[in-house]
Amino acid sequence: METERTFFAYLRHISETTSPLDFVLIYDNLDRFVGGALMTLQLTFLALFLGGLLAVPMAIARAYGRPGWSQAIWCYTYAFRGTPLLVQTYLFYFGLGQFEAVRNSFLWGPVLSDPWWCVLIAFTLNTAAYTTEFLKGAIETTPAGEIEASKACGMSPFTRMRLVVLPSAFRRALPAYSNEVIFTLHGSVIASTVTLQDLLGVGRWLNGRYYLAYEGFITAMVFYMGIVLLISLLFRMAEKRYLRHLRPRGADSATPAQATA
Amino acid sequence: MAVQQAILDAELSLRVTDLHKSYGALEVLKGVSLEAREGDVISMLGSSGSGKSTFLRCINLLETPNSGKICVHGEDIKMATNRHGVFLPTDTKQVERIRARLAMVFQGFNLWSHMTILENVIAGPIHVLKQPRAEVIEKAEAMLQRVDMYERRDYYPSHISGGQQQRAAIARALAMEPEVMLFDEPTSALDPELVGEVLKVIRSLAEEGRTMVVVTHEMGFARDVSNKVIFLHQGLIEEQGAPSQMFSNPNSSRFREFLSNTRH
Repeated sequence: METERTFFAYLRHISETTSPLDFVLIYDNLDRFVGGALMTLQLTFLALFLGGLLAVPMAIARAYGRPGWSQAIWCYTYAFRGTPLLVQTYLFYFGLGQFEAVRNSFLWGPVLSDPWWCVLIAFTLNTAAYTTEFLKGAIETTPAGEIEASKACGMSPFTRMRLVVLPSAFRRALPAYSNEVIFTLHGSVIASTVTLQDLLGVGRWLNGRYYLAYEGFITAMVFYMGIVLLISLLFRMAEKRYLRHLRPRGADSATPAQATA
Repeated sequence: MAVQQAILDAELSLRVTDLHKSYGALEVLKGVSLEAREGDVISMLGSSGSGKSTFLRCINLLETPNSGKICVHGEDIKMATNRHGVFLPTDTKQVERIRARLAMVFQGFNLWSHMTILENVIAGPIHVLKQPRAEVIEKAEAMLQRVDMYERRDYYPSHISGGQQQRAAIARALAMEPEVMLFDEPTSALDPELVGEVLKVIRSLAEEGRTMVVVTHEMGFARDVSNKVIFLHQGLIEEQGAPSQMFSNPNSSRFREFLSNTRH
């Protein structure tokens, strides 16, 4: 109790004197920022998860599928990679409601009239488009000899995909995917433009309410940096674990694989 | 006649009849046949471009021949010309089943780079032959002992030498308990000082009576280990026979020339 009071008194003291930031205001609204962070994380990782699920079969079709399929998917990825995410989100949120058929459909009430769903759909399709393309590249660069070896021992195309092509491609795509995760996180600020209270949304609210830009935006920034730091750490751990075989001998594996597991 | 042929085929581990293969206008194989009885060690020799590797790769259909017949222990691989005029296997499940009975060892090792050596060896038996994992691991460890790679079982392929990789690849092939082993220039990608350790392993496999077809440039191996030598020249068998006879007294002038060129 005592320390809390002195800490709070200190916050108040510097906020009223030297500090350019009003820490008391930030402290008072911390629960809103945490709520905003949760909204940001929820949208980002749900979109990444669903986008990833869509991207795997599309990447396989892009790499190995019939030309017609591959071209159709390319058109989709080109459209979503070639236009700003903001425009895509607006199309789903403001655009769909223009159509009477959409407003009358059963999806309107629960899904398409809700900004959360519109944003999730836009984010998912956007990240799926990027992920499809670099995963396709990773699939195509699977060493031909490894594919031959899997054919030669009698693996079915499905087993070959599951055991050899995808595990190898996922590993090669891992560094590119860490960028995709961070870009999706950064892109998620667009949720705040369609009324959602994500991290930036809370910052904007604070700014609108008290006319204090720094308090809202710097706090949001600190939260974003914290999340990115966490993501980078997770990817570094994943790379350490899954890309052992790509590191030169002796980097840390003069010892067998198990030693670093 | 047909019955007799079937009985004859069943005694043979592998019978390839009149194989043709072209890449566009380039005819690489102009009708090559081969018969391997159980325990045969057949060396295939020839200068580069003679078609020997292509022939080997046609046997397990890594390359699709343009015509010909392949028969493994009496089972013909079903192949037919489709409506576009392309000669293809018609039963992919059969092809997978037959490939599992013909293990292949490649020039470039082709180990799966994201798996450890042990994982490489157990993948086929577990996922293709559907054998129980614990049993497979036990067997795989014995295979790795035998090629002297047990200590390296938890290494990744990129962290060991070419000779070690090739020995691991041989263990991977052995783990499938194949009826015939196909070796596609198994020592050609190795540094000279690593050739010996791999040849030693292949030699020990030959000595225990495994049926093998070996495409090789190692004359010593062909002469001392195999019981039959086939010399290919421009897509045709130029000469074949027992190594003792072929190496001491070759009939064909081309094989004589080939021998003198390889004995610097």
